[in-house]
Amino acid sequence: MLPITAISFITTEGNETGEWRSQRPVLDQEKCNRCGLCWMYCPDNAVRPAGDVFEISYTYCKGCGICAQECPKGAILIVKEER
Amino acid sequence: MKKVISANQSVSYAVRAAKAQVIAAYPITPQSSIVEMLSGFCASGELNARFINVESEHSAMAACMSASVAGARTFTATSSQGLALMHEVLHYASGLRLPIVMANVNRALASPFNLKADLSDSLSQRDTGWLQFYCESGQEVFDTIIQSYRIAEQLLLPVMVNLEGFILSHTYEIVDVPEQRDVDRFLPPAPPRESLDVDNPAMFGSTTDYYINFRYKMHADMERAKVLCRESDAEFKGMFGREYGLLCPYRCEDADLILITAGTIAGSCRVVADRYRTKGLKVGVLRIRLFRPFPAELIRAALRGARKAAVIDRDFSPGCGGIFAQEIKAALQGSGSEVLVFEFIAGLGGKDVTDTDIGQIIEHTINMSKPGESAWMGLLR
Amino acid sequence: MDGIAQIKFPVEQEELVCPGHTACPGCGAVLAMKYVLKGLGPRTMAVIPPACAGVISGGFPFMALKIPVLRIPFESTAITASGIRAALDAMGKKDIHVLAWAGDGATFDIGLQALSGAAERNDDIIYVCYDNEGYMNTGIQRSSATPEGAWTTTTPAPYVKDTPKKDIVRIMAAHKIPYIATASIGYPADLIKKVNKAKEKKGTRFILVFSPCPTGWRYSSEMTIRIARLAVQTDLFPLYEIEDGENYTLNPRRSAKPVRDYFKLQGRFRNLKEDNLKRFEEMLRKERDYLNRMAG
Repeated sequence: MLPITAISFITTEGNETGEWRSQRPVLDQEKCNRCGLCWMYCPDNAVRPAGDVFEISYTYCKGCGICAQECPKGAILIVKEER
Repeated sequence: MKKVISANQSVSYAVRAAKAQVIAAYPITPQSSIVEMLSGFCASGELNARFINVESEHSAMAACMSASVAGARTFTATSSQGLALMHEVLHYASGLRLPIVMANVNRALASPFNLKADLSDSLSQRDTGWLQFYCESGQEVFDTIIQSYRIAEQLLLPVMVNLEGFILSHTYEIVDVPEQRDVDRFLPPAPPRESLDVDNPAMFGSTTDYYINFRYKMHADMERAKVLCRESDAEFKGMFGREYGLLCPYRCEDADLILITAGTIAGSCRVVADRYRTKGLKVGVLRIRLFRPFPAELIRAALRGARKAAVIDRDFSPGCGGIFAQEIKAALQGSGSEVLVFEFIAGLGGKDVTDTDIGQIIEHTINMSKPGESAWMGLLR
Repeated sequence: MDGIAQIKFPVEQEELVCPGHTACPGCGAVLAMKYVLKGLGPRTMAVIPPACAGVISGGFPFMALKIPVLRIPFESTAITASGIRAALDAMGKKDIHVLAWAGDGATFDIGLQALSGAAERNDDIIYVCYDNEGYMNTGIQRSSATPEGAWTTTTPAPYVKDTPKKDIVRIMAAHKIPYIATASIGYPADLIKKVNKAKEKKGTRFILVFSPCPTGWRYSSEMTIRIARLAVQTDLFPLYEIEDGENYTLNPRRSAKPVRDYFKLQGRFRNLKEDNLKRFEEMLRKERDYLNRMAG
């Protein structure tokens, strides 16, 4: 049943924007100092806290590379996406 | 209580009685006295509403739109150029299904400049998804504003109440302003509708490929509007003793020739029709009060017994003719009606449409065996 | 590394922008939205005109924001926020922020009249302009926020734009509204601090957020934050606040960098000539002097 006009009410979380990715960030937990800059600068909420560490959600990551560029520890490596 | 007031003042009293909560407006002749009075009501606290002195009519309608999405009862008034400037937002208001009520004081559109009555301003907005009423008296203006809120809030479509500049807007008449408790009974607070709510976030006016479906809903509800307008009118009569109908026929039942018009021209038409009746000619008058949605089936029924109809338009569509005339002819198409529709353009830019003019219209219609191009009345020589 | 470091969140954790939104990779505008909403919190209603932000906010029946939103006509951002405020006041609803969220086209150009109207009335709204210096959503056309020397699809190379960016902040300051700030997605904590400051005031508050656009500025998507910071470090986009139209507070000056460093990262400035650069340096010096004078 459509509402009376175009009223959106479902979040976009079902939209897996990871499919857009042509390159993939890989986080090295050994080098990571958990500073949270990658989390803060990710436009796609793809860096997420998981217990004691941050993880990258490849469901949403569009592969922009900001996290690797801004990481002060060089803990994120950008590699070509293989599908 | 009976008051001697102008139709513009009648609008203001009606909006006060309707307890509008947000009013946004910009001055324009001949509308300004409506919002001047309303700003006074708001300032003195007689009306507990927020009054926004906007910087344009586009913003006036935009403010009504957003305030309405937030759940408030809203009002604005405008005229001519102001209505034209609102055009974009008129579509937003109906597409968002908002029960905004607006008074438009009909005035000619520039250029050339002319401040007087002409219905082309509101008729140019006929495809924006607003209901449109055309009024004939200060009392009808008051009653229609009150009815409009109720219809708009039931239907979730906006309503434009039209009154002709100066001829009606600035004419003082006796208007019965009902007791507030009676208005409250007829027009309770708006039924709940989906609106901006921090506890239930939703996004209004999203982009969608279901566009055609939402347009279809508007269409279906416009059809329903005719029923609601009649119900509302009947209930209004029960409470206040006055009713108007979607069409206002006068001596049409047995008429051979029916004059069709909107607004104040109808009054003169009735007087002239009576004169012709005494001469043995069966003339009737059909005033169209509701233009959108267009009451086509009622018009077909009203014209059933007539041989000829003369449509007097205080408006026109360049390259086509009188706007009411085109709609009426379209309504008759395929109905089996054999009534001949004659078109007259009269009273543009506030020109008086006199009893002589109407007499000529009747004579012309009688004398012609079939309709030709629209005839223009009152061209200066 | 010996021992695991404690996980840190440099800014508020709450996210009011959902993942799954359709912003381009490396979008600065969506970061601006994230940070501003971290500051404002969930008791916020927003109006959004046609813009990248309109697309990012989701198509029916989906929405990328966890706050109520109204999509509005292009030129009406400020007044529609004012209308919501009037309705909330009329209905006795308190403690809700009304956010007007628009790009530079909707702010510097088509919506300037309504913005000036709201500011003159001092309507109780928070107006945030995410500034990506052009009409990016419609395909990178010039706006009056596009800087001199920049390529856009309507200022094609080699001719490019030949007039400077409109100074919207000075226009807003002339309205003597309670709070104006410039901020950048390159400095999220500073941006959120300014949002929090704006929140505490009443009346019209205006924040201009510098939001680089990889698609329109022709740079590689990972450089968004770096470019945002360079704009501040070169004084091209100075960070400051103005209270009541006259009390200026400048952010502490960052390490000064030559303006060339900023331009050379972006394809849109490829046609910039030496004399453009000289004029920029002169303009920046004057602007710095002006701001220093205003800040006393």
